[in-house]
Amino acid sequence: MSADDTVPISTAETPAGFSGHAPGHPKSGGLNTGAFLTVLVLAWFALLVLFPLGAVVRGAFREGFTVFLAALSTPEAGHAFGLTLFITVISVIVNVFFGVAMSLVLARQRFPGVTLLSAIVDLPFAVSPVVAGFMFIILFGPEGWLGRWFEAGGIRIVFALPGMILVTMFVTLPFVTREVVPVLMEAGVEQEEAASTLGAGSRRTFRSVTLPTVRWGLSYGIALTTARALGEFGAVLVISGSIIRRTQTATLHIHQEFTDFDYEGAFSASLVLAAVSFFMLIAMELMRRRADERRG
Amino acid sequence: MGITAAGITKRFRAVGAGKEPFLAVDDVSFTVPKGHLVALLGPSGSGKSTVLRIIAGLERPDSGEIRLEGVPVTDLPAKARGVGFVFQHYALFKHMTVWKNIAFGLEVNGKTRREIRERVEELLELVRLSGYEDRYPSQLSGGQRQRVALARALAPRPRVLLLDEPFGALDAKVRRNLAAQLKKLHDEVRTTSVFVTHDQEEAIEIADEIVVINRGRVEQIGTAEQVYDRPASKFVASFIGNVNVIEGFASGDAVRAGPRGIVLKNVKAPIPEGEVVLLVRPEDVEITDEASDGHMKADITEVRYRGTHYETELDLGGIEIRSVWSKVRGRALSRRPGQGIYIRFARHTMFEAGKGHESLRAQLQSLGYIE
Amino acid sequence: MAGTAALGQGLSTGSGFRRRRRIFRPELFLRGMSAGYVGLLIVLPIVAVSVRALGGGLGRIWSDLARPEALFSIELTFLIALLMIAVNSVMGTLTAWVLVRHRFPLRSVVNALIDLPFAVPTVVTGLMLVTLYGPRSAVGSFLSERGIEIVYAKPGIVLALLFVTFPFVVRAVQPVLMEMEPEMEEAAATLGAGRLTIFARVVIPSITPAVLTGAAQAFSRAIGEFGSVIVVAGNIPMKTQVAPVYIYGEIESYNPRGALGISVVLLLGSLAILVILNLIQRWGRRQDVRG
Repeated sequence: MSADDTVPISTAETPAGFSGHAPGHPKSGGLNTGAFLTVLVLAWFALLVLFPLGAVVRGAFREGFTVFLAALSTPEAGHAFGLTLFITVISVIVNVFFGVAMSLVLARQRFPGVTLLSAIVDLPFAVSPVVAGFMFIILFGPEGWLGRWFEAGGIRIVFALPGMILVTMFVTLPFVTREVVPVLMEAGVEQEEAASTLGAGSRRTFRSVTLPTVRWGLSYGIALTTARALGEFGAVLVISGSIIRRTQTATLHIHQEFTDFDYEGAFSASLVLAAVSFFMLIAMELMRRRADERRG
Repeated sequence: MGITAAGITKRFRAVGAGKEPFLAVDDVSFTVPKGHLVALLGPSGSGKSTVLRIIAGLERPDSGEIRLEGVPVTDLPAKARGVGFVFQHYALFKHMTVWKNIAFGLEVNGKTRREIRERVEELLELVRLSGYEDRYPSQLSGGQRQRVALARALAPRPRVLLLDEPFGALDAKVRRNLAAQLKKLHDEVRTTSVFVTHDQEEAIEIADEIVVINRGRVEQIGTAEQVYDRPASKFVASFIGNVNVIEGFASGDAVRAGPRGIVLKNVKAPIPEGEVVLLVRPEDVEITDEASDGHMKADITEVRYRGTHYETELDLGGIEIRSVWSKVRGRALSRRPGQGIYIRFARHTMFEAGKGHESLRAQLQSLGYIE
Repeated sequence: MAGTAALGQGLSTGSGFRRRRRIFRPELFLRGMSAGYVGLLIVLPIVAVSVRALGGGLGRIWSDLARPEALFSIELTFLIALLMIAVNSVMGTLTAWVLVRHRFPLRSVVNALIDLPFAVPTVVTGLMLVTLYGPRSAVGSFLSERGIEIVYAKPGIVLALLFVTFPFVVRAVQPVLMEMEPEMEEAAATLGAGRLTIFARVVIPSITPAVLTGAAQAFSRAIGEFGSVIVVAGNIPMKTQVAPVYIYGEIESYNPRGALGISVVLLLGSLAILVILNLIQRWGRRQDVRG
């Protein structure tokens, strides 16, 4: 820029936060508005998110550590956590498998109906969990279209484990696909074409090129799926009937304890779930950062 | 014959229902002699990249045949053709080191560890990147990435090497340098190679032959000299190098042009009667102080010093003509704007104007090749 | 077949001219698998419920919906959701702004914690809020002395929804802010625009699609939220019974008929939001000028 081209900008005009820095590189909030905003936001965040979490910790240990442990060692709690774990593992595995398949279809294929498929994949996000559970009751209940066949074969879906797994699969379906598709689209098809010119077939290309490219997005998607599966409540409540020690997951167990006024039980289980979620969150954050890095 | 392309045609279905399919490649045929380096030259959207991808097997033609070293490959997928392909943005495997990138084609083909190691080292030396094998693509400069892409493509000893705008993403000086290096590499390795470019200087500089493509059709195939000095069509003449475009009318023996209808001397009309287009390169506009047969009087409107030469704008009976003078000549003639001078068209091509002329002019204008 | 570079990659030719017929192509297989999976797990249940609902006739649905409790639950659900996204849009945008443009200690920690509501199970959310603001808590008793109830009342619902939908707007706006090139704002500054003008006329239009996207997602979540709401606000008809809770109540009372109508209403609402979201995305993309 030659000297005559420069338009002088007085420092008073340069807004806080706007600078010659690359986006994402913030300028320190030197001016009052910046500091005020920051404090306001932090206060809001603390009030809304942090304090409630502190309450859970307090509630769990109010009667002491031994009571905390005792509440977790009841057969109901044990069964509930085991059930949650089992359902989560299955849902995650199935949805990773199909999630990756659907991502490949949505990101790499063009056919009439691809937008429709994308919209359908997003549907579980928009559906209330209770409605989801209800839909599965109607479909798989003894009088349902599919339910009557299973009933004839002596298999219980509703008010039993299979139904719980199905609804959990439903609510966690979109996560992997939603995270992997953008990565695939951003990465473009060239690396895969290159692999093809070098002699690699479809499977080899998928293994050596496609999968490594999406690994962080995929991991983030898996973390989201797991967190959601662990915490699913409404849908599972409706379809399971919440039968103690038969069809109660951890979240249902918490609800049971709460309605029975057994607060220690409720808080202890909550703390465990919250802690697991918290660590999932940290893992999620690390992976999200890696995924964003690679994308950038 | 290294590569034979015969009658290649390809249509792309346009996005959105009810639109016409877009004819990207229209009956393109050419051959590349074994061991030669050929340029596919054309403006953006001319279909040259599509042709290249069809040769590679990344696209399928609607009709036509491709043979590589005599073997018909049209029905084979890319992975079975034995082509090396260098993408415009290199398409290096971002999560693999330089070494793994280059080794990929060899690993896929089941070479032994030792074979792989020897070949990769050989190639690293060839592209002068020894010592960089543990780096990741993100840690390399643009030119270095291009060299890795080249090494990777050459590692499995392909029958042919295809490069899609290999220098497109680099800045000018690096481009010149790499173009020269590519030529040297080609001379060493002697793989039949085709590269796609829109930069005619590049093509002229390093290619053995040039295939000029526009709008999916082959305009001309020839050496740099043939294409430059004996353009076969209006497009080639205007696209390659700089050229003055003069529209005129031929009638009987004379060709008249410009708002005042002056007679152009020393030109030969291709048709006895009708609209014509005269194309003459700035360096082919001869200038002199002394008039003689074939010279026309022109006025100098502007003189620009260009470091290595002078560029002048002339007014020939109302027609704007650009002329290029060497510094020696310029100093000898020593002219100022406003003064007169005599010019003669030393070499030129003239075509019948024909129906396509307006749209061709519009196309070249919109692409920025002529004003 | 030429052109198949990777599993799932479709032919880029699209010309329909096939030289070779291969019965088993990886991309068709994937397509079929995907369609089958979502067809079975998503489309079929929705169709089943719609058919069952309509099977009784529109009249039945209408009368089910016309019950005062049902109407109230729908009204309550949508109104509270609207209120909540209004608040969240503002606070979410501000939060995103602060996170992207300002530096403060522990910024990365706070950034990570933004996702907390996504990770915490909804029941636990409800539990937390009850503990903090319930009748036995400090805040709760303080407020109830002044006649303000939080738990088992509407404010509780609002709080629960605020918590649960907090990350949506933030996460939607953050990437847009991060990608915004400072040159636009700098250009405005050189043309004489003051800070507020720049904010209003350059920044806000750029982030509006993102804010709307986040708000739409938050709204969608809010109208369907169950776990936290039922714990915090209970199931009091005509007072704190939002639509999902109402549905639950009907199911528990062995009255699935009653639940059908509202379920369909919620489903339609969800679908409408998805359509709106899609339109917003398209509008936003049209604005995208990549220099």
